[in-house]
Amino acid sequence: MGVLENNFKDNVIVASLDKLLGWARSTSPWYFQFGLACCAIEMMAAAASRHDLERIGMMPRSSPRQADVMIVAGTVTMKMALRVKKLYEQMADPKYVISMGSCATSGGPYWQHGYHVLKGVDLIVPVDVYIPGCPPRPESLIEGLLKLQEKIQTERPLTRKSV
Amino acid sequence: MTFAEIKATIEKQYPGSVLENEGLGDHQVELKGEQWIEIATYMKTDPTLCFDQLECITGVDTGEEGPLQSRYNLHSMEHRHKIEVVICHDRKNPKVASIEQLWRIGDWFERETYDMFGIVYEGHRDLRRILCPDDWEGWPLRKDYEGQESYHGIIVPKIKEEEGWE
Amino acid sequence: MGIVHGDQMILNIGPQHPSTHGVLRLEVKTDGEIVSEVKPYLGYLHRCFEKHCENVTYEQVVPYTDRCDYLAAMNSNFGYVVAMEELMEIKVPERVDYIRVIMGELNRVASHLLALGVYGLDVGAFTPFLYMLRDRERILDMFEYTCGARLLYNYMWVGGVSHDLPKDFVQICLDFLDYFEPQISEYNELLTYNKIFIERTADVGVLPADVAVSFGVTGPNLRGSGVKWDVRKDEPYSIYDRFDFDVPTGTGEFGTVGDCFDRYWVRMLEVKESVKILRQALKDIPDGDVHQAIPKKIRPPKGSVYRRTESPRGDLGYYIVSDGTPVATRLKMRSPAFTALSVLDEISRGWMISDVIAILGSLDIVLGEIDR
Repeated sequence: MGVLENNFKDNVIVASLDKLLGWARSTSPWYFQFGLACCAIEMMAAAASRHDLERIGMMPRSSPRQADVMIVAGTVTMKMALRVKKLYEQMADPKYVISMGSCATSGGPYWQHGYHVLKGVDLIVPVDVYIPGCPPRPESLIEGLLKLQEKIQTERPLTRKSV
Repeated sequence: MTFAEIKATIEKQYPGSVLENEGLGDHQVELKGEQWIEIATYMKTDPTLCFDQLECITGVDTGEEGPLQSRYNLHSMEHRHKIEVVICHDRKNPKVASIEQLWRIGDWFERETYDMFGIVYEGHRDLRRILCPDDWEGWPLRKDYEGQESYHGIIVPKIKEEEGWE
Repeated sequence: MGIVHGDQMILNIGPQHPSTHGVLRLEVKTDGEIVSEVKPYLGYLHRCFEKHCENVTYEQVVPYTDRCDYLAAMNSNFGYVVAMEELMEIKVPERVDYIRVIMGELNRVASHLLALGVYGLDVGAFTPFLYMLRDRERILDMFEYTCGARLLYNYMWVGGVSHDLPKDFVQICLDFLDYFEPQISEYNELLTYNKIFIERTADVGVLPADVAVSFGVTGPNLRGSGVKWDVRKDEPYSIYDRFDFDVPTGTGEFGTVGDCFDRYWVRMLEVKESVKILRQALKDIPDGDVHQAIPKKIRPPKGSVYRRTESPRGDLGYYIVSDGTPVATRLKMRSPAFTALSVLDEISRGWMISDVIAILGSLDIVLGEIDR
């Protein structure tokens, strides 16, 4: 830091490139607009007038290729599970998954007798943040997204991982 | 028309088709399965009956020993009367004539009942599963159904059965 | 799908497509842009509702009905409790009936607002969606104030409702109605009379009345085709026979009777009628105990019942078979959106791919209810 200090005028911020990248990535994770069930309505409500997800940099994308975060909003059934997996595989790295609501987390109310319900989306894709609730309020979703942003911020994309 | 009149009309047109069943409630009539397609055509086209709306087809499994049933709720938009037709099927070989071409919605309702109970609607042009995937095993709403252990490599966790509800 | 000939092409829409309103897959056979066949594939949200109903007690079914039609959970509850009360011959107190009607109509307004807003999105107008969701949030606030939940309420129980209305609810609701009624004309200016919107929807996807009846289409979709059929009027349940309201039907204002615009317009008019019912119900609501008629243990007599009610999507029927135990032998939901979706193939042939989206949006389907 010593070399750079006091050598520049205003409007210059000095940071490590890793941290800068982490900050930039964390503040604009575009999510995959992909509603499954009831939770999708709350996701819509979160994106609409009152809660307005775009103020924390979240923007819906309709294609998995352009999205960073997949919000699994709702019950995943066996028929859909294979598709969810395909969609996850289509997303570009780095990618994150949020499991929204108790259905996506564990099967929720459909746990016991739901012969056609997948008991937790983590059986097929890795999940970063779980949001409880049936359905979670938009505030809970925003909280979960902020938690995810914190997680992204701590990542160091340029640092080589020790294998 | 009242329910009794409708029942009498059907009985008169197709003698012996109406079966007596004490267990049925109001507005319900049990018919023989063999003549169902003719009776249904008559019920739809006859101007005094004119059942132009098929509200619902419900499959019912009456238990381990009992038969499977298809129950048709019919309603007439013109005369504002209704009836419920019950047809029993043999558990081993459940089949009945399809009314898909009379009421267009019958197509999907019959596919749904087929999907859930395995009742075969003969003459249906496209009888496939509608809700479950095509390669699903078993008929989910039958009382003796047991869930699959895995589906395409996805393992279904075993859940301990609780005691009865009493 | 059959054989694909020279110029034909098969286009797959969904199950994660944003304009399929959930998880629906459409296989569209096209000749260039012109659609020759649409095949819907359902079941991506098949959550075994009916299997659950055969395994849980009657009281426990109510939360599952919420989750079927999650846009109008109050109306789903309403249908179930009306059917159960008919089976058990329970007479509920007056106040309960009024509360149910108020909640049902509020939820109808909320559901229609979302349907209209999302329909705007489907045909390319983003702003009306934000306006309508803004007002919908206020309705959800009232629900939250009453029963604590925003979307899935578990509010109506067999024989009563879970909570009485808060003391100042009537005033809050009246304030909302005073605020809301002028907003309807704002929506009309914003979306309904928009030239582009009319061009996209008028004369598109015409559903003739006889075809609609044969397909079992009900609710606003049927009324859009000009058939005056509303369960609230024609087979009154609860206390709907006490209220004075109209049943709006499609008139082909900008095109043919039964086109997409008519289906949209009927919903908009229905919102006004719901406001009318709400004002009457709020004026007359009596006092009373809302828990008085709730049975200690629900054990209906042997028998079966089929009862339909008017949900925002059409005739919502419940078929309940009871064998005298606390668990149903069979409980089937006759889903209005299921029948509405079945007509898609019939009315979208010959239109362009973008019109299929407009037609699908005008049918206002909810996949939770279709797949159950």
